[in-house]
Amino acid sequence: MKSKDRNYFKILRAGINTTYQDLGRNNLYHIGIPFSGAMDKRNFQLLNSLLQNDYNSPVIEFAYQGPHLKYFGKDIFFCISGNVSFKIITKEGVIDGNSYQCYLLKNGDEVDIRSTNKSVYGYFSINGTFGVDYYWGSCSINTQAQIGPNNGNKFSKNLEIEIIDINNSFNKRKLDYFGSTIENIRVIKGTNYDYFSESSQNKFFKESFKITKLSDRMGMRLEGPKIENIVDPNIKSEGLVKGVIQITSAGDPIIMLSDHGTIGGYPKIATVISADYDRLVQLTPGSNIKFKDVNLEDAETLYKLYQMETNNLISQIK
Amino acid sequence: MIKNILNLGDAALYCDFGSDVNQEINSNVIKYFYHIKKLNLKGITNLTPSYNKLIISYDLNIHSFLSLKKKIENIEIKENNKLEKNLIDIPVCCDNDFALDIKRVENKLKLKSEIILEKFFSKNYFCYMTGFVAGMPFLGDLDQEMRLKRLETPRVKVPKGSVGITEQFCNIYSFETPGGWNILGNTPQNIFDSSNQSNPNLVNPGDTIKFYRITLDQYNEIKR
Repeated sequence: MKSKDRNYFKILRAGINTTYQDLGRNNLYHIGIPFSGAMDKRNFQLLNSLLQNDYNSPVIEFAYQGPHLKYFGKDIFFCISGNVSFKIITKEGVIDGNSYQCYLLKNGDEVDIRSTNKSVYGYFSINGTFGVDYYWGSCSINTQAQIGPNNGNKFSKNLEIEIIDINNSFNKRKLDYFGSTIENIRVIKGTNYDYFSESSQNKFFKESFKITKLSDRMGMRLEGPKIENIVDPNIKSEGLVKGVIQITSAGDPIIMLSDHGTIGGYPKIATVISADYDRLVQLTPGSNIKFKDVNLEDAETLYKLYQMETNNLISQIK
Repeated sequence: MIKNILNLGDAALYCDFGSDVNQEINSNVIKYFYHIKKLNLKGITNLTPSYNKLIISYDLNIHSFLSLKKKIENIEIKENNKLEKNLIDIPVCCDNDFALDIKRVENKLKLKSEIILEKFFSKNYFCYMTGFVAGMPFLGDLDQEMRLKRLETPRVKVPKGSVGITEQFCNIYSFETPGGWNILGNTPQNIFDSSNQSNPNLVNPGDTIKFYRITLDQYNEIKR
């Protein structure tokens, strides 16, 4: 392809943990490959809806600090979802951008994604399609197993992000949305709940836990009151799902997130309900979590409500 | 054969086949796994077989716990369902640079290293499950006198290809990852190949592994 026909971003600064993500890959746990996919599915869905892309189009996910991108090519729109501060640098000057709004980029313009605010993940995409390779039906980058485009690695400086298709019939759209927060993270008791002393079971639901810096796309480590195991600090290794809260031998909770190891040998005290997962992953290290016990039926209903809320937001895009 | 089905969170079935770890129970897990996989049920997003459990993840937009539980309970597995089994030879070099924990194993088992390795290489091992990281096989069973616990403090990085033992099991580290198994050697063979999308794993549940010992020169030859 001649360079003047190309449409692409050049990465001037990569950001902290910048990768391609979509909805992830299914039916591979048995060989050791987790779902992966965008951590915050609601913000992923909203972004593709704002840009009128296919619901499973690739987006660029970043954590804490996003990339600084310089654009080369014909006119294009971009949008960012999440609670994100960013600047748009054009020949006319520099402006602060707002999330959930589409902006026009011309050849030579830049987007500098400075930070996520009081949250971890943000998403960037365009009214078009990034040139990505698919692995087991997904372009999600899993850096641990080195699966996905860019040889399964996170983005680095000077990388060029190809755009293979631009939707020319696109009209600028926006959504008034300020994110959703939650007081407690709701969980269902786990399959090894009775491995823990009664006083520890009470502490698990009454006291709060602090999110440590040892948190990434694989898992979230917490610290707080030690959870006392009265049966066995290990179980026979068995499958895990995202949201499972294991208690390590040291008595600390660790929550499995989207890139988690598929098998684990620590007892499971609880599992975060599907309705609260998007908000869980956005909690920053240093903040506190309180768990609330709900039953399975309520969790299923809460998930339906959460999906209705998301669809309602999508219908408000104009 | 499934003793009990519980929920793991709100989007997975936890099928319990028993509390023991043996090949009979595990073969039942694997039979169910292959059978359900073949049914290709809509809305099943993952199946995770392990020693004595099978976890079935599903799309909450399509299934609820009770409806899917009923479906799974009604599945009939014919006893004559034969498992597909392969015998796979895997070379291992036990040179000092690779046998990271041989001294510790000697001390714990009170056996000389040559005896330990002789015992290790004299057996075939059954693959109970794969996972944790992509392609890692969990194999067994080691002889009684070969069994010891994990390292007290796990390594932050176990080199790719490391072959380790703990309790009745051995495994192969398909990637560099944290881990606490006692490392006896290293294989130059690739255990996971992401470019082979139809069958990326060298070893699959139900397969049998025969390790054979190679020299450092042979190791380097294969690596090249």
